[in-house]
Amino acid sequence: MSDELEIKELEEVVVRFSGDSGDGMQLAGNIFSTVSATVGNSISTFPDYPADIRAPQGSLTGVSGFQVHIGAGQVYTPGDKCDVLVAMNAAALKTQYRYAKPGAAIIIDTDSFGPKDLEKAAFKTTDYLGEMGIDPDRVIACPISQMVKDCLADSGMDVKAMMKCRNMFALGLVCWLFDRDLDVAFNYLKEKFAKKAGVAEANIKVIKAGYDYGHNTHSSVANVYRIETKNKVPGRYMDITGNKATAYGFIAAAEKAGLKLYLGSYPITPATDVLHELSKHKSLGVTTVQCEDEIAGCASALGASFAGALGVTSTSGPGICLKSEAMNLAVIMELPLVVLDVQRGGPATGLPTKSEQTDLLQCLFGRNGESPMPVIAATSPTDCFDAAYQASKMALEHMTPVILMTDAYIANGSSAFKLPNLADYPAINPPYVPEELKGKWAPYLRNEETKVRYWAVPGREGFEHILGGLEKDNQTGAISTNPENHDLMTRLRKEKVDKIPVPDLEVLGNKDDADLLIVGFGGTYGHLHAAMDEMRASGKKVAMAHFKFINPLPKNTSEVLMKYKKVVVAEQNMGQLASWLRMKVDGFVPYQFNQVKGQPFVVEELVNAFEDILKK
Amino acid sequence: MSYSAQDYKKGQPRWCPGCGDHFFLASLHKAMAEIGVDPWNTAVISGIGCSSRLPHYMATYGMNTIHGRAAAIATGAKVANPNLTVWQVSGDGDGLAIGGNHFIHANRRNINLNMILLNNRIYGLTKGQYSPTSPRGFVSKSSPYGTVEDPFRPAELCFGARGHFFARAVATDAPATVEVLKAAYQHKGASVCEILQNCVIFNNGTHDSVYTKEGRAKNAIYVEHGKPLIFGENNEFGLIQEGFGLKVVEIGKDGISEKDILVHDAHCEDNTLQLKLALMGNGDGFPIALGVIRDVEAPTYDDSVTAQIEEVKAVKKYHNFSELLETNDIWEVK
Repeated sequence: MSDELEIKELEEVVVRFSGDSGDGMQLAGNIFSTVSATVGNSISTFPDYPADIRAPQGSLTGVSGFQVHIGAGQVYTPGDKCDVLVAMNAAALKTQYRYAKPGAAIIIDTDSFGPKDLEKAAFKTTDYLGEMGIDPDRVIACPISQMVKDCLADSGMDVKAMMKCRNMFALGLVCWLFDRDLDVAFNYLKEKFAKKAGVAEANIKVIKAGYDYGHNTHSSVANVYRIETKNKVPGRYMDITGNKATAYGFIAAAEKAGLKLYLGSYPITPATDVLHELSKHKSLGVTTVQCEDEIAGCASALGASFAGALGVTSTSGPGICLKSEAMNLAVIMELPLVVLDVQRGGPATGLPTKSEQTDLLQCLFGRNGESPMPVIAATSPTDCFDAAYQASKMALEHMTPVILMTDAYIANGSSAFKLPNLADYPAINPPYVPEELKGKWAPYLRNEETKVRYWAVPGREGFEHILGGLEKDNQTGAISTNPENHDLMTRLRKEKVDKIPVPDLEVLGNKDDADLLIVGFGGTYGHLHAAMDEMRASGKKVAMAHFKFINPLPKNTSEVLMKYKKVVVAEQNMGQLASWLRMKVDGFVPYQFNQVKGQPFVVEELVNAFEDILKK
Repeated sequence: MSYSAQDYKKGQPRWCPGCGDHFFLASLHKAMAEIGVDPWNTAVISGIGCSSRLPHYMATYGMNTIHGRAAAIATGAKVANPNLTVWQVSGDGDGLAIGGNHFIHANRRNINLNMILLNNRIYGLTKGQYSPTSPRGFVSKSSPYGTVEDPFRPAELCFGARGHFFARAVATDAPATVEVLKAAYQHKGASVCEILQNCVIFNNGTHDSVYTKEGRAKNAIYVEHGKPLIFGENNEFGLIQEGFGLKVVEIGKDGISEKDILVHDAHCEDNTLQLKLALMGNGDGFPIALGVIRDVEAPTYDDSVTAQIEEVKAVKKYHNFSELLETNDIWEVK
């Protein structure tokens, strides 16, 4: 947590357009440069023409490329290797792939990978990705030619003329990926084809179609945001996105606990990559079920937990709405369950691919009845690993559903990840009912200290029992509507969650004499840290305390929050963490910084806002 | 180890006196004893409703969950722990209204669950609203002028979802119910048993035509794989195929003899005639079919999941977390 982080947003992004000489890659690249320059990015480009101007179509020697390097700061070169490679045909993929960084996203026109195209490009099999060792997960495979034809079907153009617009489809898709404003591209085309209004119109239509394709398929590239530790510890590293780290955390926890990992899930942006990742690892015994709906995802995971597995369900905010009844069932049954919420912009469908922290109160309170549930919010892509491990451990050892919150920003963002050694991670010991309790045991018999009930997994003779959604007697476990018993059970469920140990809140920066304490939670850690660093560098006395454990709160929460003259709670919502803290800490009256744009914080804006608070 | 019905029994049921659920529960205890799976390797999972109280009266592992989700929860339990024998119990509201989606998908996936549908064509626990199996025009508290919607016929849903097992029994008909439950257990895959069950308070008499032994003699046909489809108080009637449909004929009349009668084939992959059998009755001049109507072998989801894991284990070179890490592109910082 105390690592100094550095965030790069759209810094050093290199896009390489490649295709046949006649595919108009230079034009696509030029328009993308212009569009980026208008939003203030600095640019460096590199047109890479084939040596052989008249090489046969689709051949290896006829490939043309155009590399664009755009950056928020000053960019001095066109970049060595690209983050996104557009390959309009098989020959382009073959020759240009060497310019792609490991982990780069690759956009291909699948219509140009037919048997003849593959033969011309000297592929030996139809598994061209496999032949080149490209991970299909990194490929945005799109039937561009066909979509362009469909898009221009009513234009009266012949097929040859239509095919000249393929480059614009790829451009539209790239503009979607990097959130570029299309109007600039439209103006560029209108000027360029001032005398050929039809051509301009067709190109514009195709750009829009490419952009919409990206939108409709929720296409995304992993490396848009990078969050790097400045002072790296020696060791072995890999690159990891937050979603992948989350999946790895669940795998690690299940292995440590000696349990089968069961994921019940339903596809939803931006959480689906967790389902994709876990589905790959059947060789580790991971069971994933793509369910008929969000409800079944959660319900089946709970069924799996009952049957003795580590039950996990993954989703985003809209899915939490649907799962909440089954989550509540886990609360009253007191079974382990991990619910992953990769937050996106809301309400309703909202901004599916964008990032917010607007689900916090939903996670804390969005269920009927008194329904206490632990909530953990991961702070960075790599912290997703630890957070998933901790959430699983907490669920299994305390017999409770746990919500793990991440967000689209850290889920899709990536970082260098120091390979963890599972032996260094704490043991996970579920409270299995001891054999000597046979005959004396009832389902809601609790550990006096922790208030955790024991777990009797089906298959054990002599511990047959029923769990359910109806209130139970605190001794026998039989259905009970006794008023005193219900009051007692309500308190016991709360006490159990309140007693879960979590690490103390850490204060960074000027911990003894800060004039301002910056408070946040989850995925904004990196930005808030950067803002604090910048303010301290300019001589201000600033500290920060960042919440990862939100329910229960760290024991020293009140002590930390009440220690400083001024406290600002900065979050990507309208003040949900601030409300929760005010509820839990008597007399706590923070300043607030709230932004709900679907975009990560901008450090400069944070610094300006915090400096204003200091002046007050 | 051999068991008696007593070994599966627990507590005192709280259903209304005369409720069909009492009869069914006794048959389930008896069937489980005859099947002989240990109580501790058995899980009974229900949703919400009168009939969903059933797991409370079982000496097995059990869950009385939330409304409509029994099939989804049972799916997770069975897939995560295939050694368990899982019985899923729902009423017509729980299974076909709020839980309709899970019902069809459990059938489509062919998860090895024994799915009991206790059909009394009414919501009892909420005191008498029409259900998705109540007939058109049905008068209830929520339809004082009669419903203006057509009911589901459970067999159609099951078959439409590509279900491989469908059986029907009347709750009061203990021997036939036990046989149907045993067949459901024997069948590997989703086994739907529709149990016709009377609600004495809110829908009394809904299954009157077949609720008594005498009624069934007149109005029901017991179907059995490989046996001719013969029925009637004196076995005087039979079913034959005519055109695209079935027809009731009298044996010994118009030159019809027993060998002309259609022989039941529950194992036939094509469900056309099985569906016709399942839809008979209720005033169309045909008897209501009881017994195992469809019982076709097919790969089960839970077996396939396990098999796929084994196949991938044999091919992939990483089998634990640290080996998984090594499959990534790794660099070293010194």
